[in-house]
Amino acid sequence: MAAQVFAFILHKDGKADDTALELAVASQKIAPGAAPVAVVTGAGAALDGVCQELTASYAEVWKFASDTLAYPNAEIIRMLLLKALPKGCTLLLPHTTFGMDLGPGLAVKMDAAYVSDVTAIDGLDGATLKAVRQEFNGQVCTHLACDMSKGAVVSVRSGCFQAGDPGAAGGKVVDKSGEVGELSGRRRFVEVLQAEVGDVDITKEDVLVSVGRGIGDKENLPMADELAKAMGAVVSCSRPVVDAKWLEKGRQVGTSGKTVKPKVYLALGISGSFQHMGGLKGNPFIVAVNKNPKAPIFQVASVGVVADLLEFVPELTEKIMAAK
Amino acid sequence: MEILVCVKRVPDSAENEIEVKPGGADIKRDDLVYSVNEWDNYAVEEAIQIVDRVGGSVTVATIGNEESEEVVRREMAMGANSGLMLVDPAFEGSDGRGIAAILAAAVRKGKYDLVLTGAQADDGAGQVGGMLAALLDWPYASLVNMIEVQDKKLRIGREIEGGNQEINEIMLPCVLSIQTGINEPRYVGIRGIRKVASVEIPVMNAAALGLDSAGLGPAGARVKRLDYFVPPAGAGAEILEGSTDEITVKLIDLLKAKGGLK
Amino acid sequence: MQPALIAPANASFLGIPATILFILIPLVGIGVFAYIMTHRIAPLLQAAPDRRFNRYPERIRAVVKVWLAQWRHPRYLLAGVLHIIVFFGFLVLAARSTQLVVLGFVDGFALPGFGGAFGHLYNILKDYAGTAVFVCAVILAVRRLAFKPARYAVPERYGKDHTPEAIFVLGLICTLLVSESVFDASLVAAQAAQGQPTHFLSPLALAWFFRHLLAGASLPVLQGLHLAAYTIHDLAFFFFLCFLPMGKHFHVITSLFNVFFMRLDAGNVKPVRHGVDESKLDELKSFGVKKFEDFTWKHMLDFYSCADCGRCSDRCPANRVQRPLSPRFISIKARDWCFKLYPLWGRKPAESAALIGGIYSEDEIWSCTTCGACEQECPLGIEYIDKMVDLRRGMVDEGMVPQSLQKPLSALEKRGNPWGKMEKKRADWAAGVGEGCRVKLFEKGEAAETLYFVDSITSYDDRMQKIAQATARILCAAGVDFGVLGKDEKDSGHEVRRFGEEMLFQALKEHNTETIQAAEVKRVVTTDPHAYNALKKDYQNLPPVQHISEVMVDAIQSGRLKFKPDENGKTYVYHDPCYLGRHNALYDAPRQAIDAIPGIRRAEMSGDCRDRSFCCGGGGLMLFYEPEEEMRMGVVRVKMAQAAGADVIVTACPFCLVNIEDAIKVAGLEGKMEAVDLSELIDRHIQR
Repeated sequence: MAAQVFAFILHKDGKADDTALELAVASQKIAPGAAPVAVVTGAGAALDGVCQELTASYAEVWKFASDTLAYPNAEIIRMLLLKALPKGCTLLLPHTTFGMDLGPGLAVKMDAAYVSDVTAIDGLDGATLKAVRQEFNGQVCTHLACDMSKGAVVSVRSGCFQAGDPGAAGGKVVDKSGEVGELSGRRRFVEVLQAEVGDVDITKEDVLVSVGRGIGDKENLPMADELAKAMGAVVSCSRPVVDAKWLEKGRQVGTSGKTVKPKVYLALGISGSFQHMGGLKGNPFIVAVNKNPKAPIFQVASVGVVADLLEFVPELTEKIMAAK
Repeated sequence: MEILVCVKRVPDSAENEIEVKPGGADIKRDDLVYSVNEWDNYAVEEAIQIVDRVGGSVTVATIGNEESEEVVRREMAMGANSGLMLVDPAFEGSDGRGIAAILAAAVRKGKYDLVLTGAQADDGAGQVGGMLAALLDWPYASLVNMIEVQDKKLRIGREIEGGNQEINEIMLPCVLSIQTGINEPRYVGIRGIRKVASVEIPVMNAAALGLDSAGLGPAGARVKRLDYFVPPAGAGAEILEGSTDEITVKLIDLLKAKGGLK
Repeated sequence: MQPALIAPANASFLGIPATILFILIPLVGIGVFAYIMTHRIAPLLQAAPDRRFNRYPERIRAVVKVWLAQWRHPRYLLAGVLHIIVFFGFLVLAARSTQLVVLGFVDGFALPGFGGAFGHLYNILKDYAGTAVFVCAVILAVRRLAFKPARYAVPERYGKDHTPEAIFVLGLICTLLVSESVFDASLVAAQAAQGQPTHFLSPLALAWFFRHLLAGASLPVLQGLHLAAYTIHDLAFFFFLCFLPMGKHFHVITSLFNVFFMRLDAGNVKPVRHGVDESKLDELKSFGVKKFEDFTWKHMLDFYSCADCGRCSDRCPANRVQRPLSPRFISIKARDWCFKLYPLWGRKPAESAALIGGIYSEDEIWSCTTCGACEQECPLGIEYIDKMVDLRRGMVDEGMVPQSLQKPLSALEKRGNPWGKMEKKRADWAAGVGEGCRVKLFEKGEAAETLYFVDSITSYDDRMQKIAQATARILCAAGVDFGVLGKDEKDSGHEVRRFGEEMLFQALKEHNTETIQAAEVKRVVTTDPHAYNALKKDYQNLPPVQHISEVMVDAIQSGRLKFKPDENGKTYVYHDPCYLGRHNALYDAPRQAIDAIPGIRRAEMSGDCRDRSFCCGGGGLMLFYEPEEEMRMGVVRVKMAQAAGADVIVTACPFCLVNIEDAIKVAGLEGKMEAVDLSELIDRHIQR
């Protein structure tokens, strides 16, 4: 018997995070056909919109509204989930900074197994879940067997479970705010300090749009910015671009710059010197766009486009924007 | 402040090319070089800096065998006051939960105000810190990139998406998992390690920790690694052909599939 | 016959014999000078040891060449020639000044041997010497005030402009020369006025002019001038003597010693502590220079000797691209710091604070590429590389190492190369050498006469591997029986040592020495000047080490290498790598090898070649360091090559190639200019 599957939903500005759909997909891999339950916490009117949105892909949406839940504090939410979730259930979390904060401790308190950052789920065999995760910066993958008999907390890497159409699950919203009770913890959220522009830390980014010498001129840089914006990525670069002072030093990938570990690396007009590639770790999916079909970057890239980036990039940006 | 930092000896992915043995039972370990987990190193530096500011001492603990001693010595060369080796055959093959249980026992044997771990390791799941806190029933925060000591509590920063920083106040005692970049760890060379080469490092086994070996080792692990395999990767780039239109469509599909579009 | 004027020794003021004053001035002057000097010598006695009381013939040769013959001065022609005149003028005038001092209490005194004809000759000489020095001093002052050569400028972060001090001293020198001349001229004018036979005054010399100016003066005026000039000279002379140890003019006193004790070898690095054997380094409590007293006494003497001429910084590539380093201020700041730590009066500060964070910044010290341009230029034999290395040793010992350098250092410790690449892949490049040339592997038990030491970058960097492959083909073509160490080779550690990580260097050296010795070869050949310098200067007990350019020239001369003509009509320039040129004086072999290609057109970056070559940006660990700079050194270099009309820059160092190839891109010269390694150039032209 497949235990009940719950998914914890992150949301922002009245919209559910992309991971909400991905978790729905992942839940189907664990318990095909079962009706997953979305758990939404928060405060204010915007929460209702989120819940409504989720009814398309979840059979049931549990809503917990309370001023204490206005900002997701992992400690508070752990208490809430321990009260609200049935024993032995499976909870899916997005493997985000919040998921990392919540998951391990919650699993211990639920006396459930914890599987983090899974990239694929092969399915359930009895009470054993078989899943895939990466190690050593993505250089190798492993299959895991997880004993689900006492329940499990599974955190899921974003982008790995491709959501199709939101569908029409026709789910219902259940307001469980009344069951919350008093929640207080020993950790208090104070505020979020917004990163300043230029504060970007390329070493922590999952998707990088990296520009090289091929960008030609500083005036062409906005082109890369726009593409990055469309992709939800951040702009990095190779050394010549920093030397020309078109971008600040903190954006440079390479042995004399930053070592980055993105999942996707879009190399625009980068030839791919040893010194540059030395700063690229973690076996990312590399897309190389270069005029020169003999550029060494094509040897290490996963996908190549032989084109003038000045023509190709605006096209790509336009298409991505159109697809949104 | 008495601080315990939990560290781990790992094959550093920056200095190794990880390859899988035929059959996938393990990675090829013959040519691996090991070092202290990068995140743990930041945690030790942070502990040393805290003690420099407010006094106290730093203890560095690791679970492992004799080989793990090198990383403890390295961290002691950095400036940690003492080391602690948790060694027992029963510990081998424990999952994250088991590791957290061993560390929790070690924490209970001491008198610590603060326990630091690295946020994650190259060969781990980023779970031990949170589990340890839950077992101790201490408050916890992950991905910490700033610590300010206040009276009986800490003001901390967590690194969250978009490079933003989430500020929290957390009561002591607590467990924090440390994110890289919180400080600039000092360099330790061969000379530093030789200086602490003869310092005695206490060793504790399961019995000394008062641990029941049930729940430890492979038998107690609820999450097991079945095999290793290499994610499929093409030799050289697949060059996309066709009109710009066709190429962009193909590329967008690929980017989507690989999580490159958010 | 009565003297025309009363001599200083016989004069009196208000009935008191002036002799008292003229004895008192030297006594006080010498007393104060001695007091100052004891305070200046005090830190030298606290300093780290330095083995310089040795190799006397070489040291005397250095003194004759660098000090007496002012060998390095004409490299800056105008300033150099002016200095040579002033220097020799001072040497000549020293005797006259001594005589003058004694004249204050011994009338008619002459230095022994200066009595007769020699004395007359000397007087003519000193008249003209004084005049020449005077003219030079005026020119120097005008140059300082009106033309303001850029290299004397003091950037804001280093404090106030040094011009006032320079002008003050030039004024003091002029005062000495004028007073000495007026002293003579007034006497001669008085002699003439009284119809006495006049002393000879060299025509057109300073005194001669004054004598004519004073022709109509009355006797009392002349008498007054005579005594006043004497007194002023006496006072100025002793004031100057005591002023010298206060600043940059200390070099007038210390230069002789500084040059005598100067560095006699190039390319080497001082031991961690003189007198402590490499095997006993573990016993040292502290490494390197952390506080002022950790410098060696010679390095302190360097600080005293700096004349603030700015030549080092003018040639320093780090300073040129505005990294936060100027060798001149390494010295000036340390000197000022020393004066504060060892004050002439008042109490010495209890503790000598850390230099890093005090007068130096971390980035300042990491900015040096150890190219050696500063040391090559310094007319006083001041050294910088050893100080940089010692300061870095101190920082490494304290754990102050930039994150960008910690990774490669850790990889070097674990894997023997800074990228953390697998040992077993070290000789993978050999697979690309091609048909007809086999690279033997000592690791596989093969034997050969010559060992090709490849070093890390040439082994692993896919671009630089082409140098290794070209080298292998050259060695094959030249009929050399050679092999490589493969996985048994580790990084030479050249940069590891120069970045201050001595213990790691020692470990690498020990490993390589053992494996090279075990290979039982007759010689070692390398293409990497850093490896070449390390094996030659830092290692001991190895077979003879040659750079590939020497092997090439040998094979060309014996007819084993023959070339196809170069017919592409391009102009080549050769860039001297620092560790081949300045540090090992291998300037000609690479040029001979290039010139042996028939029809090749080679130009020189005149003024910036050979020992004035401009560093490409630095090798080894410098590739990993993120300096603060306005421009890359390589770009400056590429522009020099462009100015020389180059289509192709030939270098003989893999690091130069990395930096120059990058710089060509940054300078926007891609497609217009190309960089190749000497080995690649030769390989392309071999007639097979």
